[in-house]
Amino acid sequence: MSNTSSAAVAIGEKKAAVKHDFLIHNQGDHVGVATSNIKAGAKVIGVYMDDETTVELVSKSDIPLGHKIALKAMETGTPVLKYGIEIGVTTQPWELGDYVHTHNIKTQRW
Amino acid sequence: MQLYGYRRENGKVGVRNYVVILPVDDISNAAAESVANNVQGTLALPHAYGRLQYGPDLDLFFKTMIGTGSNPNVAAVVVIGIEENWSKRIADGIAETGKPVSYFSIERNGDFETIRAASWKAKEYVHWASELQREPIELSDLTVSIKCGESDTTTGLGSCPTVSEAVDRLVDAGATVFFGETPELTGGEHLISARAANPEVRARFETIYQNYVDEIEGTGADLLGSQPTQGNIAGGLSTIEEKALGNIAKTGSKEIIGALEMAEAPTNGPGLYFMDTSSAAAECITLMGAGGAVVHFFPTGQGNVIGNPIVPVIKLTANQITAETMSEHIDVDVSGLLSREINLSEAGDDLMECLFRTVNGRMTCAEVLGHKEFVLTRLYRSA
Repeated sequence: MSNTSSAAVAIGEKKAAVKHDFLIHNQGDHVGVATSNIKAGAKVIGVYMDDETTVELVSKSDIPLGHKIALKAMETGTPVLKYGIEIGVTTQPWELGDYVHTHNIKTQRW
Repeated sequence: MQLYGYRRENGKVGVRNYVVILPVDDISNAAAESVANNVQGTLALPHAYGRLQYGPDLDLFFKTMIGTGSNPNVAAVVVIGIEENWSKRIADGIAETGKPVSYFSIERNGDFETIRAASWKAKEYVHWASELQREPIELSDLTVSIKCGESDTTTGLGSCPTVSEAVDRLVDAGATVFFGETPELTGGEHLISARAANPEVRARFETIYQNYVDEIEGTGADLLGSQPTQGNIAGGLSTIEEKALGNIAKTGSKEIIGALEMAEAPTNGPGLYFMDTSSAAAECITLMGAGGAVVHFFPTGQGNVIGNPIVPVIKLTANQITAETMSEHIDVDVSGLLSREINLSEAGDDLMECLFRTVNGRMTCAEVLGHKEFVLTRLYRSA
């Protein structure tokens, strides 16, 4: 238990883990989420959270922490999977390692 | 850890012990705040409404005011309104809980006389409430609400799954949990429908959801400019569906045993409930508090600083930048989930420990920082 000198409740001891740059919710997802700032041209490792397997690819652009990286080349107008569920549709072609955000994906709802 | 709370006259359990000075309307705020200034240990809840409301909007107003006064975190209530009728109606509603409540009206008395009489009553309530003792309680005595804010992708990856872990443990222990944020289920509403405990709950949820969507679309508005918000987009969320899935990621895995109207108290026993609410944090927590929530879990990504006057808000984040730059707001830092230094079960342990300590009296960051956002939901403009 943390003492009162710290606002946050203490978390567990650090464990050895695969050095990763992004996380993926589910196998089959088209995007991963950067867990640190990724540089263009960097070789990066992602971990699938559902089965702990890893994937390695080269980033095509700078991707800030919390933003998405393309795990697959996609044509315009393709539904995009995250959590194994459609989160929108591509508005331009993607290449593997592209930065994915409002410039190349949009909602299917409004 | 043994939990201790305040068991109220109707058997409901609170984790705070407020004597509330409740203004009925905007023009009674000054008197209510004067009473709170005269009598230490009281809490005034000023707000902007309560005049010339009508129909369902007025019904919601009364439900929210009566629900807030009835919340088990409140020991006693002094109601102050301009007119006697509505003041009495709110006091009578709160009195059904069995807790001490009195009302005062300003017409024919003026502020001075009202403040004098209400201050005497408030002083009596504070002396009484300040001697109430916490007693041993069970997890099953608690009603916990959940709602996230300033979401980003770390919310869906870390802080919301942590809440999910805690929600499942709470429901297994026989507690009651509320989730809401009707418009932010868009893109994942089918996932909620599928978890309804029976066709009746499913139909009620789908009607509430569809009514909200119809209402928004009926205005001809394009929600693209407000959902996701600029903060969400800065945090990496690109679409409402992506935001919704992060939101839903905090609701656990249990079946949904009820779909509640705004500020409605649960009627189907302990378990997981959907409540119709806006996604605006202050309105949502105010409605959930009026429905009986006594503690709130608030996962944040980019760093929402919300609190509530009567419901302690426990804030957690999985965004290491938020945890570092806004640490005074963060009760539980689960950014170790994204660096994979902790797992979900450990994060759930941390959040449950924070819940236990909060229940037993530890003030949350929002409480220490004085965040008391009490915001009523309006359905339409006044008459």
